[in-house]
Amino acid sequence: MVKELTCISCPLGCPLKVELNEQGAVVSVTGNTCKRGEEYGKKEVTAPTRTVTSTIRVEGAKAPVTSVRTKTDIPKEKIFACMEEIRKAVIKAPVHIGDVVIKNVAGTGVDVTATKAAE
Amino acid sequence: MEKHDLIIIGGGPAGLAAAIAARESGVEDVLILEREKELGGILNQCIHNGFGLHTFKEELTGPEYAARYMEKAKEMGIPYRLSTTVVDLQRQGDRVAVTSVSRQDGLVQTEAKAAVLCMGCRERPRGALNIPGTRPAGIFSAGTAQRLVNMEGYLPGRRVVILGSGDIGLIMARRMTLEGAKVLCVAELMPYSGGLKRNIVQCLDDYGIPLKLSHTVVDIEGKERVTAVTIAQVDEKLKPIPGTEERFDCDTLLLSVGLIPENELSKAVGVELSPVTSGPIVNEQLETSIPGVFACGNVLHVHDLVDYVSEEAEQAGHSAARFVKEGRSEGLREIPLKTAGAVRYTVPASISPERMGKEAVVRFRVGRNMRKATVRVLADGKEVYKRPRPVMAPGEMEQVKLQKEWLSGGCREVTVEAADGQEG
Repeated sequence: MVKELTCISCPLGCPLKVELNEQGAVVSVTGNTCKRGEEYGKKEVTAPTRTVTSTIRVEGAKAPVTSVRTKTDIPKEKIFACMEEIRKAVIKAPVHIGDVVIKNVAGTGVDVTATKAAE
Repeated sequence: MEKHDLIIIGGGPAGLAAAIAARESGVEDVLILEREKELGGILNQCIHNGFGLHTFKEELTGPEYAARYMEKAKEMGIPYRLSTTVVDLQRQGDRVAVTSVSRQDGLVQTEAKAAVLCMGCRERPRGALNIPGTRPAGIFSAGTAQRLVNMEGYLPGRRVVILGSGDIGLIMARRMTLEGAKVLCVAELMPYSGGLKRNIVQCLDDYGIPLKLSHTVVDIEGKERVTAVTIAQVDEKLKPIPGTEERFDCDTLLLSVGLIPENELSKAVGVELSPVTSGPIVNEQLETSIPGVFACGNVLHVHDLVDYVSEEAEQAGHSAARFVKEGRSEGLREIPLKTAGAVRYTVPASISPERMGKEAVVRFRVGRNMRKATVRVLADGKEVYKRPRPVMAPGEMEQVKLQKEWLSGGCREVTVEAADGQEG
């Protein structure tokens, strides 16, 4: 199987073709013009990850919501499960930057932390 | 009348960095005036990550980036006034007169030795686009939608079409999708996107949102609220091609069609503006045509990265502090910075070889996508610097560091050039 994607390692944006075998292992990366493109292509088809940023409802603060992030990247397929938990949650002020507001979101082992203070 | 040494108009990333730098340069009496009820400016609504890679070597969200500067300003005890809008700026003798209004203090007149313009920019509105159709509710600029979702906690629509592929539009395509809305497509008038590759991949491709290049909105339907939007392909002259129309049932249209520096106050004080950037024309001190009035950040020219805003603002803060302490060094020769090839403008637009430090940062943008490009600097037509650039894009800000030594021997003009490999 061949997966096509755009490299985001630099503004060139090379169109990559990543060839996978039946076991899902990477056989080759083509279309890249540098080493970084090859690495990006491999990771993006085998274990793509993203940082999720969103807002969370907060009680007892001046603002109705405050912003949050996953502390590190989580697997891409967990994005919507992560959002589901963030959307259901309501936290109480005061909140400081870096406070953990959801532990181990969607079973990823990654915490969701506040990125803005709310008081 | 209230008196200060230095007034900073705007408490966003530019204003904060300028105020901190001015303090560090030894000007104690600095005051920040901010229109919103908190400092931080636009960063407060930019909750996505990717800020600060250059400055802090880590990927921060907008509020986190702003907080770093707010904490520093707080530590230094820099005074600021919130919910305070500057409504007029005038030059009076050798002072700058600032008129501001706020609910708590009413109309206040303040006099300062110098001012730094840090008002940021605004989004180009629907009125600037000539889109046909009715005028129902449900049409927002991407930034307004961003504020509604990220700060006010409202989702402004459920089925969304986005016109323009600027970064804010791309970011909002993902944001609204994550919050449960359906983003039907992003239409872009040009054959290429003005947004970063990374945003196209991570905001559109990740969620299967189609990007329709060379497309524009040709009709908006709906009486009270948007009910449908029709887009069509455009030809090379950007005219819609009949027969290519596609109609989307939707309740919302977001516009992400460009940013314009917000220079009402600059015009009031008589600052000369550039027709290319819509921002003030400045020298290497980032001083405008009005003595003692400096400018930095998005009010000067629209930046791609906040890191460069902070860097530029720091420089403006140092320059303003120097002006407060020493006044303007009169009678210095200023030579023009000219553009050539694909370079659209430079900031600064002029430079004084005597006044400048060892080097001066010159920021610029190119007008088209280029591959195998070369950036050159010419002093009186003679090449003094040359650097190959594998790729250059209109969406990305470029810079060269102009060295004082290049301008020795009575240099009369400097040219910054960017050319395609093919053009030689």
